[in-house]
Amino acid sequence: MKKIVLLVAITATLFACKDVDEDEVINPDYNVSFTFTQNWDGTKLENSDFETTEFTNANGDVLTISKLDYLISNVTFTSETGETIFVEGHNLINSREGLNINYNLDQKIPEGEYTVSFTFGLNSDYNIDGAYPDLTSANWGVPTMLGGGYHYMRLEGTFIDETGANQGYQYHTIHAVDNPGDNPQPEDTSFEVNLGSISVFNDKFIEVEMNVAEWFRNPNQWDLNELNNNLMMNAEAQRMMSENGKSVFSLGPIADILE
Amino acid sequence: MKFLKNIPFIFFIGLCCLLVSSCAKNESTTPEEEGYEPTPLTLEVPRLFEEKISPPIIPGNNPQTVEGVALGKKLFFDPILSADNTLACAGCHAPNEAFTDSRQFSPGIDGINGNRNSMPLFNLAWNYQENFFWDGRASSIENQALQPVVDPVEMHNTWPNAVASLQSDAEYPQLFSEAFGSSNIDSTMVSKAIAQFVRTLISGNSRYDQFLRGEIELTEAESNGLNVYVDETRGDCFHCHGTPPNNLLWTDNDFHNNGLDEIITDLGRGGATGDPREFGAFKTPSLRNLAYTAPYMHDGRFETLEEVIDHYSEGLVYSETIDPLMKAVGEGGVHLSEQDKQDLKAFLLALSDESFINNPDFQKP
Ligand code: HEC
Ligand code: HEC
Repeated sequence: MKKIVLLVAITATLFACKDVDEDEVINPDYNVSFTFTQNWDGTKLENSDFETTEFTNANGDVLTISKLDYLISNVTFTSETGETIFVEGHNLINSREGLNINYNLDQKIPEGEYTVSFTFGLNSDYNIDGAYPDLTSANWGVPTMLGGGYHYMRLEGTFIDETGANQGYQYHTIHAVDNPGDNPQPEDTSFEVNLGSISVFNDKFIEVEMNVAEWFRNPNQWDLNELNNNLMMNAEAQRMMSENGKSVFSLGPIADILE
Repeated sequence: MKFLKNIPFIFFIGLCCLLVSSCAKNESTTPEEEGYEPTPLTLEVPRLFEEKISPPIIPGNNPQTVEGVALGKKLFFDPILSADNTLACAGCHAPNEAFTDSRQFSPGIDGINGNRNSMPLFNLAWNYQENFFWDGRASSIENQALQPVVDPVEMHNTWPNAVASLQSDAEYPQLFSEAFGSSNIDSTMVSKAIAQFVRTLISGNSRYDQFLRGEIELTEAESNGLNVYVDETRGDCFHCHGTPPNNLLWTDNDFHNNGLDEIITDLGRGGATGDPREFGAFKTPSLRNLAYTAPYMHDGRFETLEEVIDHYSEGLVYSETIDPLMKAVGEGGVHLSEQDKQDLKAFLLALSDESFINNPDFQKP
């Protein structure tokens, strides 16, 4: 009798707070959190660098950065046996203010070895005009004449142009639209970022580094004098930015989350 | 003896019970909630707002109530909060002017002007960053409401004095008791009531909203103007004032230097934060209700929308903190055609909401 009471008491205790799950005790799932950091060829970009630190891009243009906001979505874990865990959702990072630089997945990941990837921007299945109130409210939308949906990135700042004058640039990435106007046909220029292999055997913090210099370098050496604004309506520029973006991200240090 | 042997067991069971009960919802009431309960009131959120943008911000410690809003409205229109009983909030925020006023600067009770243009008041519950005033120095609507009463160039009162006037009034103690369950008035209760009223000031029924709801067509000028507004090579207004058709606020609620001055005298956001990178940056105003809110800009320097559009088209001047979105600054701007300017103006005016300024709920009681 006493044993039964004891058993009932223990079970009641275990189940009282709903987030303890029998399955988990046997087969634990882990919290995975991403931290997004930005650097210029290895020098970390801090708040104090915005608008003040001058960088020189591959083309030799001297520039500053005043805004670097970007969107990532749909983190995917692919196991060694090819099974995928698809964490639907998006995260809009404001690197200057440090907003959303930490992205905690709202889904736990079972222990295992995975290839981890995410989408830079929103792929065309998800880039639906007006579908996300949070992004709309963050004024992240793209006008209807450019096919609607949302920005992927807003990188803005100033550069010293050929005449020696300070000029603004807006390196904005969206889908590519060849024919802005009444009947735009957007072409998806979001891309998959593959972080490589990560083993999840603990709650994990995964750092994702963006090297901003790469946006201006590879494979297309970017000339800010030629391409500094009106890039959203420039489909060719969007394709080039998408190509350059593919070498921008890399996997940084991975750390255990300490309770 | 048997009992003694069982002590650890009983203790353990007791502990389990305690753990179980600690997970139960905390249902105790706070003293404030005891006795009288004001009547909850839901904000009348336009359907498109509900569908398209994030919900309004209502602080947990100041829920909207029928009695709170009614009290806030009475306070808003009552000069009792000013030192000499002559100036109400409404004195500088008039309903028929979308809750701003038509003067460049609005003198306070001593006849002294401030150095900024009064701001229109609507859709403030959707300022997600919660930075109020042109420089964002107030961190909530409640916090904002505390300031005009003691501002020396506005109502130039002290809070103890304002509270004493309310406390000795024939009606207010009862109204505060109905709104907050206590007739013991303090400045926090005053600011909460006013904030509740300010949150009800919602504008979402302009011609453009009606167009979005499929009720009317835009004129040719208006729809051309919309194209100018979103065209990166022409207006490119949307990056700060909101991307149509979904961002119904017509502001990013962020701070920018839009190229008004070569030499910055009013530090704006930078004055509030101390950050030189924000010198001369001001909060992007909403483009709703421009028909009623002249003059324009933080210092009311422009009398007309033509002047505003000319500014963006050919009047931009360089200063160090100018926003990168301001293009061709060397030439003063992108030089819009005469036609584009007229169409842009027509479109801007389609964002004005007559039903807002005439809403009977918002008039002087
Ligand atoms: C003397 C004229 C005057 C009076 C009286 C006055 N205001 Fe204002 N109000 C202004 C001015 C000018 C500003 C902009 C000031 C600034 O940015 O520094 C302003 C700004 C505001 C804002 C900020 C809006 C935004 O979008 O950030 C709110 C809210 C407001 N007032 C509410 C009130 C309330 C409530 C009262 C009464 C308690 C009041 N005002 C009394 C002139 C006045
Ligand atoms: C870089 C961001 C930015 C862009 C782009 C921009 N604005 Fe503004 N706008 C502002 C800011 C900030 C203010 C307030 C500036 C101040 O008072 O110092 C403002 C003020 C205004 C006002 C005055 C509103 C009032 O209530 O006083 C109007 C009208 C306006 N803008 C229209 C436009 C139009 C039309 C365009 C496109 C041609 C445009 N803006 C582009 C940021 C911007």
